[in-house]
Amino acid sequence: MYPILVLSVTGLVTLFLGFLKSKKILLPASLFFVAIAFLSNFIDWNAPGLYFYDMLEASNLSVLFSSIILLSAFLVMALSKGFLDDEHAQPAEYFAILQFSLVGAIMMTNFQNLIMLFVGVEILSVSMYILTGSDKRNLRGNEAALKYFLMGSFATGIMLFGMAMLYGANYTFNISDARILLLQPVTDVRPVFLYVGVTFLLIGLLFKVSAAPFHFWTPDVYEGAPTIFTTFMSTVVKTAGFAAIYRILEVSFSPIYNFWWVMIVTMAILSLFISNITAIAQQSFKRMLAFSSISHAGYMLLAVVGLNNKSGDSIVFYSLAYALATISAFGVLMIVSKDCLVDGRPNENIAVLNGLSKKSPFLAAVLAISMLSLAGIPLTAGFWGKFYVFADAASRGHIWVLVIAIMMSAVGIYYYFKPIIAAYMKEGKGENIRLSAFYKIILGLTTAGSILLGLFPDLIRELL
Amino acid sequence: MLALTLILIPLIGSLVLLLLKGSSVSSSKNTALVVSLATFAVAIYAFTTFSTQTTIGVKYSWMKDLNINFHISIDGISLLLVFLTAFLVPLIITSTFKHTYKNHASFYALILLAETALMGVFMARDIFLFYFFYEAALIPVYFIAAIWGGKDAPRITFKMFVYTIFGSLFMLVALVYLYMKGASADIDQLATTAKLLSSNAQNLLFWAFFIAFAIKMPVLPFHTWQPDAYSESPTPATMLLSGLLSKMGVYGLIRIMLPLAPVGVANWGQFGMILSIIGLIYGSIIAIQQNNIKRLIAYSSFAHMGLMAAGVLSGNINGIQGALLQMVAHGVNAVGLFFIVKIIYDRTGTRDLTALGGITQKTPALSIYFMIIMLGSVALPLTNGFVGEFLLLKGIYDKNAWLGGFAGLTIILGAVYMLRLMQRSMFGESNDITAKFKDVSGSEVAVLLPIVAIVLIMGLFPNVFLKITEPAVNNILQMMK
Repeated sequence: MYPILVLSVTGLVTLFLGFLKSKKILLPASLFFVAIAFLSNFIDWNAPGLYFYDMLEASNLSVLFSSIILLSAFLVMALSKGFLDDEHAQPAEYFAILQFSLVGAIMMTNFQNLIMLFVGVEILSVSMYILTGSDKRNLRGNEAALKYFLMGSFATGIMLFGMAMLYGANYTFNISDARILLLQPVTDVRPVFLYVGVTFLLIGLLFKVSAAPFHFWTPDVYEGAPTIFTTFMSTVVKTAGFAAIYRILEVSFSPIYNFWWVMIVTMAILSLFISNITAIAQQSFKRMLAFSSISHAGYMLLAVVGLNNKSGDSIVFYSLAYALATISAFGVLMIVSKDCLVDGRPNENIAVLNGLSKKSPFLAAVLAISMLSLAGIPLTAGFWGKFYVFADAASRGHIWVLVIAIMMSAVGIYYYFKPIIAAYMKEGKGENIRLSAFYKIILGLTTAGSILLGLFPDLIRELL
Repeated sequence: MLALTLILIPLIGSLVLLLLKGSSVSSSKNTALVVSLATFAVAIYAFTTFSTQTTIGVKYSWMKDLNINFHISIDGISLLLVFLTAFLVPLIITSTFKHTYKNHASFYALILLAETALMGVFMARDIFLFYFFYEAALIPVYFIAAIWGGKDAPRITFKMFVYTIFGSLFMLVALVYLYMKGASADIDQLATTAKLLSSNAQNLLFWAFFIAFAIKMPVLPFHTWQPDAYSESPTPATMLLSGLLSKMGVYGLIRIMLPLAPVGVANWGQFGMILSIIGLIYGSIIAIQQNNIKRLIAYSSFAHMGLMAAGVLSGNINGIQGALLQMVAHGVNAVGLFFIVKIIYDRTGTRDLTALGGITQKTPALSIYFMIIMLGSVALPLTNGFVGEFLLLKGIYDKNAWLGGFAGLTIILGAVYMLRLMQRSMFGESNDITAKFKDVSGSEVAVLLPIVAIVLIMGLFPNVFLKITEPAVNNILQMMK
């Protein structure tokens, strides 16, 4: 809850810092602000309670989700060093928007009232629309931003409509009160708009986490947006979205599990199929990671399908594992593609990674471990993430879902290995890549995190 | 502690090699050899001091949440395979001494990493730990095969990688299922777990594990990755794959599947045996027609694995004991045969059987080594292949006489393709290609001599090995009841 206050203020401060002549202070200042927000987050640890007239609720789970969001944001911002340096960039605005968007993301993890959910989603989304189009001279970026904005606002509209329906059914926006209503024995048929409301609300949220069939914006937007913001989108937005989906379903709608699980399971399977099959054919690393992001949405939905008292932990673990691996992968891509321009734009094909093991063994290792983690190879964090969500799905007896998910994991291994093969087995052109110590530390941290969580998943699981 | 050192020595060795990247070729070769010999020394020590009364092993709590322990221990079955691994890896490293591989430090580090994982597989007493080592063994071998392999290697080894990972994912489903059932992950407790499971669940578990292990061995119809992968990989990777990694499949069948799903084995084991024996005959017939000597041995390897799988699935003491003995014999023989193929290829530049001939005249020594290893492979009495194959056939025959009869064809077919290989390559008139064939050198003898020695020792004193494994096998059979 405290990060919301901290970041609202520091966001404004960052805007004013933009008036300073030297832009150099912006990055360290923003990192410092996010770090403060991260620490302030833990004031709520083991101190659950409602805040702001029952609008927000702090719990250990929401603290963990917020921590993942803030940690990802910190790492992504740190990687932006040197990428927002050109004369047309307005780093003050970007860093301010990033911090504001975090306010929205954190609201999504601890809302107690649907209004707050809506406000959170809107703050996050509007920030993302802007950041997607932030590279003004890039036509693909403009197209992506427009696409994202049109489709996103449509989805938000549907979500708002769903909330209105829910209010009509429950006479309340408070999610705990709604649960009490749903738990009461039904004398008559439940109003239809309850179901319509749940469906629409979920559609809105599933759009944000890019689950199929609401995923069409993802590849284009991921590809069009500057890589730094793509990374932000695929980690922060996804974590926040899943925190919200899990929270609304767990707190409010678990009494009508039988109604929504079919919908969620269908979307999980669709996401897995569409993304993994399409990803095989991708030449662009960024597009491949976009489809990978859709597929991970599918895996995380499995934990939602297997809703039990452990699935919150599973989603936390999965989000963290996914965020660490994704940040490493995008980080490597950013560094490698910066100097390989095609038509004035960074070349983001998988081919750009060719021969990386010779040019920079460190980056190649980071890339390989992140890909192994995304593919879910044992002894990486990604493996345990998958294991936990599979166990959740199995706990509700959905073994056949599990079998499909496992087959799609095998497909996943195929395309996640393409970058590794490119890095280690193909001959590349170009000179050795010199890497500043700063990048080495950040990427070293994310990689070490992937391995550490792979060896000792208890580190996170025991927190809850 | 002894068990842990077997894992730690190669692991530390490989890390040291990675850290000393800048060092010279010979120093990384020697480091790798010394590390693997040290592991072998520990294995010998374990072998000589082994008694069935004391257990060698350690158990640390690893993941409390999932009740997973880092539990390794050595019983007779483990000891045999640990010994095999520790024996073969120094030979595999020595066999590369004539070559200079680029990025040599990484190359040898990966070999030692594979050894680490193999040791872990053969000693793990926790089903999750087994799974980790099982997967971890593949990754270094995949990289060796793909990076240092032939032109087509990245594509072919990638197929192998995806195929085998796909198989182990079935095992993962089984593990998730067992975890959901609240079953203990301890391999020694599998029999207790098995009693909790319905026969339907056991059937499914049988298939989950059988597919995983059948792909690894491989058994028909999951073998399509194997001939290409064996022939396109660089020889050290082929040796690791055929000599050691394929044994993980048989070992898994014995260690995990038999105690965990006895009902599943009773229901479907026969079907698995039929598949294995069809594979055995099919592989042998293809081997007879092969002219590429590396592929020929690849197919012979496939045939032998089929026989071992069938023996294990027969589920009696003869079948299992035979499979264990045959695992060691085949591991040693396959490494020897692939090494001879490498020697021939290095000198003549061809693996085509029709282009060879008359090598005996130039180098009788090689011919003698080849002859002894080949006789071991065709299971002549007094060589290492004989006792294992005999017990396997007896086990299969006891289970089903018809299958035993068909499996018996291996003796004839095996002799046909191996003798054909021997005759066409070694005997006859020498030609332009083989005319300048050089005699075997010191480092080559260092590889061939221990192999030949083991072929004969195991043939003469099979009881040394059978006695070690017998209590452990009885234990497994007890768990199946």
